[in-house]
Amino acid sequence: MDILIFILKIVIPPVLVLNFIPLMIWFERKGSAYIQERRGPNRAHILGIRLGGIIHNFADVIKLITKEDIIPANVNRLYFIGAPLIAIFVGIVTIAVVPLADSVQIGEKLVHIQVADLNVGILYVFAISSLGVYSVLLAGWSSNNKYSLLGGLRAASQMVSYELALGLTVVGLFMLAESASVSEIVRHQGPHVLHWNFVQQPLAFIIFWIAVFAETNRTPFDLPEGESEIVAGYHTEYSSMKFALFFMAEYAHMVVAAALITALFFGGWQVPFLTTLDLKTQAPFYLYVTVLTVSFIALFFGLLLLSQFKKGKYRDARDYEVLVFGIPLFLLALAGGGSAIFTGPWALPEWGRVLFAALVQATSFGIKMTFFAFFFIWIRWTLPRFRYDQVMNFGWKGMLPLALLNIVVTGVVLLWKGNHHG
Amino acid sequence: MNNPYLAIFCLFLFALLLGVGFVIISHFIGQKRPSTAKMMPYECGIDPLGAPRAEFSVKFFLVAMIFIVFDVEVAFLFPWAVLFKGFMKAGLGGFVFAEMMIFMGILLMGLIYVYGKKALKWE
Amino acid sequence: MNMPHNNITKTLIEKFPADVIESHEAYGDTTVIVKKGRITDILRFLKEEIQPSFEMLIDLCGVDYLQWKDSARFEVVYHLLSLKTHDRVRVRAPLSEEDPTIDSVSPLWKAADWYEREVFDMFGIIFHRHPNLKRILMFEGFEGHPLRKDYPAEKRQQIPTAEIDLLHLSLQNRHFSETDHLPTRSMILNIGPSHPAMHGALRYQVELDGETIHRAVAEIGYLHRAFEKHSESSTYTQVIPYTDRLNYLSSMMNNVGFAHAVEKILGVEIPPRAKMIRVIVCELSRIMDHLVCLAAAFVDLGALTNFWYFFDAREKIYDCTEKLAGARLTTNYTRIGGVWRDISPDIITGIHKAFKVLDKAILDVSRLLERNRIFIDRTRNVGIISKEDAVSYGYTGPCLRACGVPYDIRKDQPYYDYDRFDFDVPVGSRGDVNDRLMVRFEEMRQSAKIIQQALTRLPPGPIMIEDPKIALPAKSNVYGSIEGLMNHFMIVTQGICPPKGEVYSATEAANGELGFYIVSDGGPRPYRVRCRPPCFPLTASSERLVEGGMIADLIAIVGSLNIVVGELDR
Repeated sequence: MDILIFILKIVIPPVLVLNFIPLMIWFERKGSAYIQERRGPNRAHILGIRLGGIIHNFADVIKLITKEDIIPANVNRLYFIGAPLIAIFVGIVTIAVVPLADSVQIGEKLVHIQVADLNVGILYVFAISSLGVYSVLLAGWSSNNKYSLLGGLRAASQMVSYELALGLTVVGLFMLAESASVSEIVRHQGPHVLHWNFVQQPLAFIIFWIAVFAETNRTPFDLPEGESEIVAGYHTEYSSMKFALFFMAEYAHMVVAAALITALFFGGWQVPFLTTLDLKTQAPFYLYVTVLTVSFIALFFGLLLLSQFKKGKYRDARDYEVLVFGIPLFLLALAGGGSAIFTGPWALPEWGRVLFAALVQATSFGIKMTFFAFFFIWIRWTLPRFRYDQVMNFGWKGMLPLALLNIVVTGVVLLWKGNHHG
Repeated sequence: MNNPYLAIFCLFLFALLLGVGFVIISHFIGQKRPSTAKMMPYECGIDPLGAPRAEFSVKFFLVAMIFIVFDVEVAFLFPWAVLFKGFMKAGLGGFVFAEMMIFMGILLMGLIYVYGKKALKWE
Repeated sequence: MNMPHNNITKTLIEKFPADVIESHEAYGDTTVIVKKGRITDILRFLKEEIQPSFEMLIDLCGVDYLQWKDSARFEVVYHLLSLKTHDRVRVRAPLSEEDPTIDSVSPLWKAADWYEREVFDMFGIIFHRHPNLKRILMFEGFEGHPLRKDYPAEKRQQIPTAEIDLLHLSLQNRHFSETDHLPTRSMILNIGPSHPAMHGALRYQVELDGETIHRAVAEIGYLHRAFEKHSESSTYTQVIPYTDRLNYLSSMMNNVGFAHAVEKILGVEIPPRAKMIRVIVCELSRIMDHLVCLAAAFVDLGALTNFWYFFDAREKIYDCTEKLAGARLTTNYTRIGGVWRDISPDIITGIHKAFKVLDKAILDVSRLLERNRIFIDRTRNVGIISKEDAVSYGYTGPCLRACGVPYDIRKDQPYYDYDRFDFDVPVGSRGDVNDRLMVRFEEMRQSAKIIQQALTRLPPGPIMIEDPKIALPAKSNVYGSIEGLMNHFMIVTQGICPPKGEVYSATEAANGELGFYIVSDGGPRPYRVRCRPPCFPLTASSERLVEGGMIADLIAIVGSLNIVVGELDR
């Protein structure tokens, strides 16, 4: 039993991140397409199933993995191969300290729904994410290419500059939560939305948010790979799966960044206004409501899809795609709604209540995280790119002093509150 | 099994194996048809002039150096921040706060010095 | 109009009695032929002392008169423009075959630098005291001078593979202050020809300290297609398709520009309906050109979404040109003496529909960018060029207007009744990247306004001139009457033969003044066609504009200048 939990704890979070990568790429493609009044990917299909373009990601994987893996002459092979490995490594392991749900009591044991509940949680995040600089810098330096080098240098100076601001913003959170552990910070925020840190520490939230954009090298901070200036930046010389690793790492970073924003500032797994105890005791009622709501949504989309069935639109298997999704959705809606109406609400055993609470919390976490992940894409297709000196000025002369100010203000407010009440 | 760092270590292994696995698979599946042009560094179709590695601007080093100074400051702030409320409960809040303000003030002066020396001028 | 011209020639003859060989007026152009000895003094007199002064060197080109018996072998032709009265004067300086040298006028105008390099490249004329007399369109190591009449058009040469260090070659003669020290060894980086932000094939070689560009050299000629040489072996009508490929973003405007020049030397006036249609297609092209320029500039700044908004609108306009001319990119639409096909009601509704999309696109993009802090920081006070420098470099079009000089040929030397339209000429004040882009924004709105007016007053009538020596007769005429058959036969076999002489005609293209200088020997083929591409002077100045900025600034500056390599390299 212990071993099973141990393995699940290690495998589930990174697999979640890895599964989020194609989803993010799909967001990027479809999201950018709709922002730009295009259709986005809609051609690749397996037996007519296109999943709204997600199948394109599989096509991409096959394409990239079968491409020629070019290692140019005169590169430093060790670093050249090592750099993308570091990138994906950082992208995957950072998630370790982020809790996906409240800790669960199984028998005698308290199980944390995360890889490891470290008491130095955020320090771990910073330690690992600063390794990311190595990947970019090594890629840029080892490629023996001037654009790569410029990209690597840009990335390195940008990332270290914003890491300072990032590090300083969380000081305020530590002061509030009296802990550096992410799960403790999440628990400290409580279910009440006004107690979440984006309300308690608004300045820190904004600085943190901007800084993670810089740390993930996303627009408007995408100078290290700004294609109109330095071609592709640090990964100019990369091809095949090594390029794909950088590509995946970028999205993994975004997922992790979104997870961190959620955990640190938006209450992580906290469900608004509902404590874990509430969820457990009221589980039958909430389950009933959830099943009904999901059934209703499934009914709506099922019928929507079924209504779009038109034979001869593509004259191949794609004609039936709407049926493949529509019929199961419709049946699911009938089954769920029917059983809820006729047999519910159901009484739940203790383990069922615990499981339900954890699932609802994980879903809450997932929804918040997805929103922030999507925000990266939204921003990318809206804003132009900074210039190098502007990025650095903004980091050193804007963000850094403000982050320091945030600490001072937090300290003063805490002291004032302490004197006031005591 | 109860040591959380064991889990972290296993995760590290998992992540490394994943990356290495991808690279190895693509190494074996991908075709190999190298040519002189393909092996050349890309510089917009022109043969590059001079080696890129030897020559980058000292400005970039400066950033790294200033970063280290301030990163150390941040590292000092972390334990202080975690224990701040504890000190307050012990009645030492004002003292500890003032102490840290002095520390931060000194480093702020460092920032102002660096600023005055135009090390933060990026143009 | 004749009086001041006569005054100019009169004053010139009084001032330089020994040097003015001849002066005449033909086809509305004033020409002065002078001895080459004191060319700098004469041009300085025209630039600085005479009233009105000719501040601008609009064009400088060479002609090889090998096949003309009574003439010196070469001629260097200067076209000057007065920005106050908008008068033009042409100064020609004949050079003998034995001594094809003349003094450089680059101390007078910065524009002369690159123009003279091109004349040297194409004709082998040596300019004394030129700071950097090197080949510009041809590659280093090219043998001979291609626009000389004795250079066979079929002759091919292999490009040598050896890499040449441009920067050091070009900088040998350029003076730089060595006061600012470089703390580390600088890096020499190529931006282009095959670079995501170099739209077309253009190359900058830059010397970097960190991200800052210390020195830059532009290398052009990658897209040289010998337009001018080709034209000499084609009939006038056959040249029109070649003009499509000059500025391929607004091909119709080039068609019109060339046809306008030929009509000027023929001395004919096209029917009013054809004029109005030409105005419409010109302004449509201007909108398309600006759309591409802005869209590409925004992409280079990292704002990709705006690209799609603009290209959506451009597609809709392309649909109209496709209906009108049968093609989208290379339209080949105008004919000498009119236009190819009439504009139909469904094209008019198409244009109105396209304008709805255009309005929305302009609105969306201006909302996204106009007050966006990042955009403003990236463009404001970047790549500033002063009014004086812009004039000296020979800037025209939106880039000149962005510096605050309200010069627009449509207003100042109206052709095709542009003076009867109600439109404004937007003018910038700072001459930076932001101004150049914003001027284009406003010009699109104004062009749309012109088109709306033109569509409402489109007069009925023919779209081709009815001159049997210029326009093909109607098919029924060809089959039905011997005269029609004869005329058809003559035009098809011989072509249009303008009288002997020379004209310079300027039209306001999207990027500035598009000039065609045509020398005719009376035959069906032009003896010499010189195209003055509007972005040639812009590119010449870009080297200096980008120095001192960062790589990102270079991209923004090049984007704002709208360098279209098709017309730059010809």
